[in-house]
Amino acid sequence: MADFLQLLIAGLATGAIYALAAIGFTLLWQTSQTINFAQGEFVMLPAFFALVAMHWFGLPFWLSALIAIGCAVILLGLVFKLVIVDPLIRQGVLPLVISTIAVGLLLKDGAKEAYSAEAHRFPSIFPDRLVDVLGVKISLAQLGVLAVALAAIAALQWFLAATSTGRQMQATAQNPGVARILGVRVERMVMLTFVLNAALAAVASLLISPIYLVKFSNGETLGLAAFVAAIVGGFNQVRGAIAGGLLVGVIDNLAGAYSGLIGVSSSYRQAVPLALLVLVILFRPQGLLGRREERSV
Amino acid sequence: MRSGLAWAAVAVAVLALALAPLGLGRYDVYILTLWLVTAVAALGVNLIVGYAGQETLAQAAFLGIGAYTSALLAKAGVPFGLAFFAAGGISFAIGLAIGFPALRVQKHYLAFVTLAFSVFVWLVIRNEEWLTGGVMGLKDIERPSLFGASLRPHRLFFWFVLAIAAALTFAMWWLVRSPWGRAFTALRENPVRAESLGVNVRRYTLLAFAIGSAYGGFAGALYAPLVEFIDPAPFALGPSLLFLLMVVVGGSGSFAGPFVGAAVAVLLPEWLRFAESYYLLIYAALVILMMAFCPTGLVGLAGRLWSLRRRPARMAEDEGARALGEAKP
Amino acid sequence: MSAVLEVRGIEKQFGGLRAVDGVSFDVRQGEIVGLIGPNGSGKSTLFNCILGQFEPTAGEVMLDGCRVTGLRPSQLNRLGVGRTFQLLQVFPRLTVRENLILAGQEHQGSMLGRLFGARDAGLSAEAERTIEFFRLAHLADARAGGLSYGQQKLLDVAMAFMAGPRLVLLDEPAGGVNLTMLADLRERLETVNRERGATFVVIEHNMEFVMALCSRILVLAEGRIIAEGKPHEVRRNPKVIEAYLGH
Repeated sequence: MADFLQLLIAGLATGAIYALAAIGFTLLWQTSQTINFAQGEFVMLPAFFALVAMHWFGLPFWLSALIAIGCAVILLGLVFKLVIVDPLIRQGVLPLVISTIAVGLLLKDGAKEAYSAEAHRFPSIFPDRLVDVLGVKISLAQLGVLAVALAAIAALQWFLAATSTGRQMQATAQNPGVARILGVRVERMVMLTFVLNAALAAVASLLISPIYLVKFSNGETLGLAAFVAAIVGGFNQVRGAIAGGLLVGVIDNLAGAYSGLIGVSSSYRQAVPLALLVLVILFRPQGLLGRREERSV
Repeated sequence: MRSGLAWAAVAVAVLALALAPLGLGRYDVYILTLWLVTAVAALGVNLIVGYAGQETLAQAAFLGIGAYTSALLAKAGVPFGLAFFAAGGISFAIGLAIGFPALRVQKHYLAFVTLAFSVFVWLVIRNEEWLTGGVMGLKDIERPSLFGASLRPHRLFFWFVLAIAAALTFAMWWLVRSPWGRAFTALRENPVRAESLGVNVRRYTLLAFAIGSAYGGFAGALYAPLVEFIDPAPFALGPSLLFLLMVVVGGSGSFAGPFVGAAVAVLLPEWLRFAESYYLLIYAALVILMMAFCPTGLVGLAGRLWSLRRRPARMAEDEGARALGEAKP
Repeated sequence: MSAVLEVRGIEKQFGGLRAVDGVSFDVRQGEIVGLIGPNGSGKSTLFNCILGQFEPTAGEVMLDGCRVTGLRPSQLNRLGVGRTFQLLQVFPRLTVRENLILAGQEHQGSMLGRLFGARDAGLSAEAERTIEFFRLAHLADARAGGLSYGQQKLLDVAMAFMAGPRLVLLDEPAGGVNLTMLADLRERLETVNRERGATFVVIEHNMEFVMALCSRILVLAEGRIIAEGKPHEVRRNPKVIEAYLGH
């Protein structure tokens, strides 16, 4: 039971990070039809920015982390929107989707060529100590990650629900045409979504890197987790992405530990979220919390 | 007249290809054969992406399924012809099985499902050592023999692959000019309208995906005896993404696109040896530029330049500029 | 005369918005029924519910007395129900002839038959007849994308008639079409109706066009039918005048 609780906390911690990546992915999809296949690389890259700041320029960790978030907002938010998405959306959704795949390759190989192909250790914000909570030993680092990720999610939810800008953003996500008629500055909201996505990805990157190490090829796993989380939760709902992220994180961790019990070899741990994806697509295609969408005419 | 010329051009191209190995060394013939095999798989991707307007991120996985199927059957003593059709048939059936649930939901779900499938196939190939040899791979895959003569010599094997690739290319040409091909074009340009005209969009899309995947399987059945040793690496997600990008660079929706794209993907890295490590970067950047300025790919670009030369600039028709753009409902 | 189409209590709700609110009507064999109403009154949504594009929240659609609610648009089309859309929808990269052949090809034989059987058996001849009928002969081999708006509109309508449907639902066929073309279109529609006995339901904003073409008019406002009758009756109905000018 104690083991189980430890695994659950660890799962929620990684799951909350996946949720951060999945929320941004969902928001982009809704506001601008940008299905960002480079989302995993968006989470992989900011940690490299921090590494560059620390190791090439000798800056302290906290400053490097802020710089990483800043660089992410500029490059993965503004530049991505202006240089990639804007020119390509005019050609249609498919060229844009293919371009995001190319962007993913570009970032992945760019990180490899510019920094290194090795996996790098990354400092954790929280001390790696175990604390005793009601007889269960829980990693402080994991609790910290969980707390930060949940705080980010809560702040985002508050922003979307309680501020005027947030509500305009939601209106844009639900129906850009109607939002425009209601006087929402749709272009600005879309831009803001890209910035928000980049910031969320950067936070996810800083949180996940002490756990997974920093490696150029991490985007594949992270991206897949984000896609699965978004689809499982219901891609048209922010809370769907949150639930999906947490679920994928927990299932991933439990599958790693209990794979023997359910008769799968631990080498198939990666396949468990995929199985979840397939089950959802088969039996609840709109996602666990999603609404059904009408086919548009 | 025009189609007569086109046939003549095709005949000349095939003849030139058939004669090419006579002047080339062993390694160059190998690369040329690899180009043909890649082009066959890319033909399948083109059917899915360029004709049916879907995205597949699993062509390398189907290549792997075909390669392991044919290699394992060859080791079990099954004749190549049978193994070849088994590779295509299994890929077709798997294509139906994974395409069916994905296409029920909505556009772009096929991309996610094929993405997941790619990872899954790679895991199976790597983990099921008793069957696939795991990371050690399968060694000493025999090349087939024809009329009692072994096709082990590289030139003979090239001609063998050329003949099969030509047959598969012809079959694809025949398919896209059939009523099915017309339905594929219609459902890419405007699925809602196509559905209202009685076109069962879901079924046609599924068939396009399954047939395209079968081409991946066929290519795999040729790939295994070509390289004579297979391991999981070429069948991972990365190579699947490259298949999609190469078709787009070549010109998706144009019949010659996959051949051009495969040439860029297979032949260019050989010539660009100096740029080896930056190759992927250049390639990815090229794809983005291509999508932004010429979504019809290199074939479309060539067509545009050609018509610019022959006619005043304003007449240069942007044929198929919508090849990838979707009809806005 | 028996009803070709019976619509029974169709409702369609989008979130909190009730776009169609309990609509019932019959269309008899050979009728041309007009469906008019202010913008946003639910006309197109009603069409989409009838044609399987949307799943209605409640209600039934019967074709020749058989329940067809929930069928997919392609299935309905193969049962002899054609349609056009409010916005122009032809396949720009196919030629006029190919557009028409495509519109007919799914109505005969099996999937495998279409692939391996004789190509376009009989379809070319039918496409030729349709091309003649809609006076598109000089454009038969032109790509649809290169045609003028009016010509594309004509092709759009021609495609809906390609497979000899019994019932055709036209969503604003006259929208954006110039006057000469308009008279031509009306005359073509009347001829199909007379000669082939095809039945139409037409959504239209061009009152002159709809009043001249239709034998009966339904008026929709805020998702409900508020008036029904012959063109001259509807024109004088105070409720209709209020709905259009109203509030």
